Amino acid sequence: MVEHAPVLLMVVPLLAAVFCALLGLRWKALCLPLTIIGFIAALYFSVITFLQVSASSDHQVIYFLGGWNASEFPRGVGIEYRVDLLNGMLLIVIAAVALLAAIFSKQFVSMETPGKEPQYYALFLLLAVGLMGMTITADAFNLYVLLEVSSLTSYALIAMGSRRASVAAFQYLIMGTIGASFYLLGVGYLYIKTGSLNMQGIHDILIGEGLLESPAVYVAFLLIFVGVWIKLAFFPLSTWLPNAYSRAPTATGCIIAPLMTKVSVYIMLRIMLTVFGPEYVYDELSWSGPMVWIAVVAIIAGSILALGQKDLRRMLSYLIIAEVGYMVGGAWLLAPGGMARGESLYSTATGLVGTGYHIISDAAMTLCLFLAVGAMIVKAGSSRIEDMKGLFRKCPVTMACFVVGALAMIGVPPTCGFFSKWYLISGAFEAGRWEFAAALIISSLVNAVLFFRIIEFAYFGKLPEVDDAHGHHQRHDEGGMEENPPSMLVPLVLASVALIAIGLFNKEIAGYLSQFLNTVAMGGQG
Amino acid sequence: MKKLAGIVVFTVGLILLYGVSSLDDFPSWGTPDSPANKSPLSQYFIKNTIVDTEVPNMVTAVLADYRGYDTMFETVVIFVAGLGIFAVVRVFEHGGASRVVTADTKPDIIITNTCRLLIPLIQLFALYVLAHGHSSPGGGFQGGVIMGASFILVALAWDLDIALKRFSEKQAFICSGIGILIYAGFGLASVFLGEEFLNYGIIHKILPGVDSPEMARYYAMLGVEIGVMFTVTSIMFLIYGLLATRGKMTAGL
Amino acid sequence: MEEFIQSRFNYWIYVILMMIGLWGMISKNNLIKKLIGMSIFQTAIILFYVSVAVKSETANIPILPHHGHDYSPKIAFAHAVSDDHENGGHDDHAGHQAHPVGPKIPDPDGYANPLPHVLMLTAIVVGVATLGLALAITQKIYREYGTLEEDQLLEKVRADDHG
Repeated sequence: MVEHAPVLLMVVPLLAAVFCALLGLRWKALCLPLTIIGFIAALYFSVITFLQVSASSDHQVIYFLGGWNASEFPRGVGIEYRVDLLNGMLLIVIAAVALLAAIFSKQFVSMETPGKEPQYYALFLLLAVGLMGMTITADAFNLYVLLEVSSLTSYALIAMGSRRASVAAFQYLIMGTIGASFYLLGVGYLYIKTGSLNMQGIHDILIGEGLLESPAVYVAFLLIFVGVWIKLAFFPLSTWLPNAYSRAPTATGCIIAPLMTKVSVYIMLRIMLTVFGPEYVYDELSWSGPMVWIAVVAIIAGSILALGQKDLRRMLSYLIIAEVGYMVGGAWLLAPGGMARGESLYSTATGLVGTGYHIISDAAMTLCLFLAVGAMIVKAGSSRIEDMKGLFRKCPVTMACFVVGALAMIGVPPTCGFFSKWYLISGAFEAGRWEFAAALIISSLVNAVLFFRIIEFAYFGKLPEVDDAHGHHQRHDEGGMEENPPSMLVPLVLASVALIAIGLFNKEIAGYLSQFLNTVAMGGQG
Repeated sequence: MKKLAGIVVFTVGLILLYGVSSLDDFPSWGTPDSPANKSPLSQYFIKNTIVDTEVPNMVTAVLADYRGYDTMFETVVIFVAGLGIFAVVRVFEHGGASRVVTADTKPDIIITNTCRLLIPLIQLFALYVLAHGHSSPGGGFQGGVIMGASFILVALAWDLDIALKRFSEKQAFICSGIGILIYAGFGLASVFLGEEFLNYGIIHKILPGVDSPEMARYYAMLGVEIGVMFTVTSIMFLIYGLLATRGKMTAGL
Repeated sequence: MEEFIQSRFNYWIYVILMMIGLWGMISKNNLIKKLIGMSIFQTAIILFYVSVAVKSETANIPILPHHGHDYSPKIAFAHAVSDDHENGGHDDHAGHQAHPVGPKIPDPDGYANPLPHVLMLTAIVVGVATLGLALAITQKIYREYGTLEEDQLLEKVRADDHG
């Protein structure tokens, strides 16, 4: 059974989703336990898979679906799963984030989407299934199918919210469909030129037949990249993101915000490193100059727009755009010509390590902040920053977790945010891209301003005197502590502990990442 | 705004044309020598599907076996659409049935009698398309859509309530779930028998009267297509019902 | 030039369709028109893929003809007996037994490339699902805001945001 872990980690939550939709028709109370069981199983199998990967000699586990293995059949006859150190870690992150978000959702689902709990949880599970599938698959077309699974579920999950959410979901749907269609077209161009759909197979043919200078391959890269760009919400194609994420139902925001863009960044890395290969991306195209500049603009724009927001969730959504800028910039830091000069990828790619690290830590940070903000909104009764007054007295544990998340976002040492920024900044120095380093530092300062403003409100702000419905002045009970229920606190505390844990294990994670990059630089993975 | 859109559209068009325009780089239409058509993959499928799976229709074999995992998620996409549409538009109205039966909503005698004749034939044809998908164009999706259309025809000729009496919303959800369970069940059966997920060949050990892995693949593909048909039929009907009634699931057009 | 256009007219058509669809998606004001654009856009991609699979003049649809038994090593012999029951005394069957030739291998040039067809079956299904969901979301928007014109909609949304 152990050798089937890579596929079971997707099939078990899939079955849980189906049972959720079926049994939920009669027993609504079963939905949440089923969801949690599904995610625990996914977490268990992804940990097993990761252990297998780190134990194997070439640091990867390959699984041939349907038994169409590459030793007896041409590569790409069937669909192939390939787990390496980076996506192995990412699978664990996805399963864990989804599990925590599912536990957290208990209070919200019946409140925000009454009567539709079975469908909600089924879609929730399928979203995570789609995301895990996107990370694990090694087949370019299978990626498209799973991309659509995760996109359709997220459109539906967002549109279930308020009336404002449905407009945001529609815009997201149009943009998302354009993105996915561009991706599909790009794969089509690649298929015509190479005749393969397997990622490694495409790469081998591109290199083997010297197709690197072909205009069709260039257009394919452009199409795939722009498609992923839209999904990434990388500036300037990010206009759909703030509305979609901030108007979504609370529990939806808690799973989509941490995972969707992060998985898309991983897809971009996979396209760059596995499908086209560093030879093509860094040497043949000389995009790293403009790409890093666009990333700088994305970081600055995201941070400045975040400063102007009065709504807490909207502010976080703009910060996500800035964070995407970090990761995309880090991935493109590698200077052109490095591969041609025979330098191994690893020696010049601290930026790539930083990107990988930041995918993981940003997923954890965003989860922690969205969970904390969800809990704070319940207590404050509104999502406006001014209404957060006095929350420290009301719910100290929630606010403590929020502070941990904020510190990680700013990049204060024991938390993971510091280390991922550290790798990104030293990557920028290595590549001589001062503007990127400067943008990172500016954005950290902006984050500090943003979060200390909220913390100040919440800590020093007096609870306001409010007029109740009858016009009487009413004073809130200031000493009263009304902490959130454990179903919200437990995932929140776990998420903030994870932030520190990911920071403390920075050596191990960075070690795995550089090992992963080593295998890439060794010229493919077999 | 329109100008910007125009610029975007023309840039995209030019980029796409740039990709296909170079004569020595991009294969012309219909040439058998294009890399896609000459690749070992495509040649393998044409030469070996019959040997590996006993299915003469290569498209069915590739769809349901070689790339069966894609197809499983394709079914999931349909399932997601059903769940999503339900989640977005369904409104629950207790009591207050706002159904008004007027003269012109009364089913027409010519239409209903024609449909009485046609619907069994349509359903038989759907089953034929499903079962014959191995040796002619067809399969679970196509059959499922035709089957779903027969239920939609009931709803159109009479009204949705009559159709829902035959195939209720709950039953539709259950059927769509069962379809995916059948598909995943075939996959898990091969895992439990010790092979990879969806490696149908091994199922010959438990299928009575089947002694070779090839025939096991043949029958497993049929089973999988039946699962697909369950899902597609019920979700198509659900989508129609939900969209036509703006989520009320009563009365309808 | 004429040959250039002729030899790749499928790509020309797909690019034009694609541009029409994209134009509809991003410039039209009405949400339903946007969705029509989306459908055209996705159909253009389907056309593109399917036209790749064509092998003009030589190739047939990717389905082996009946009596495909000739191609299959196992079934040809395993079913030799049962064929008797089914077909009675068919002529070609007699010939089959007289010359038990080995299995034929289908000629790759004789059949269209099956893989793009399979991919597009998937893409069609995805397109249907997306369209259905999009229509549902549009319906919800109409129910909530009473309009499908984007400019009016955005005005009402702005009023929502500030109100």
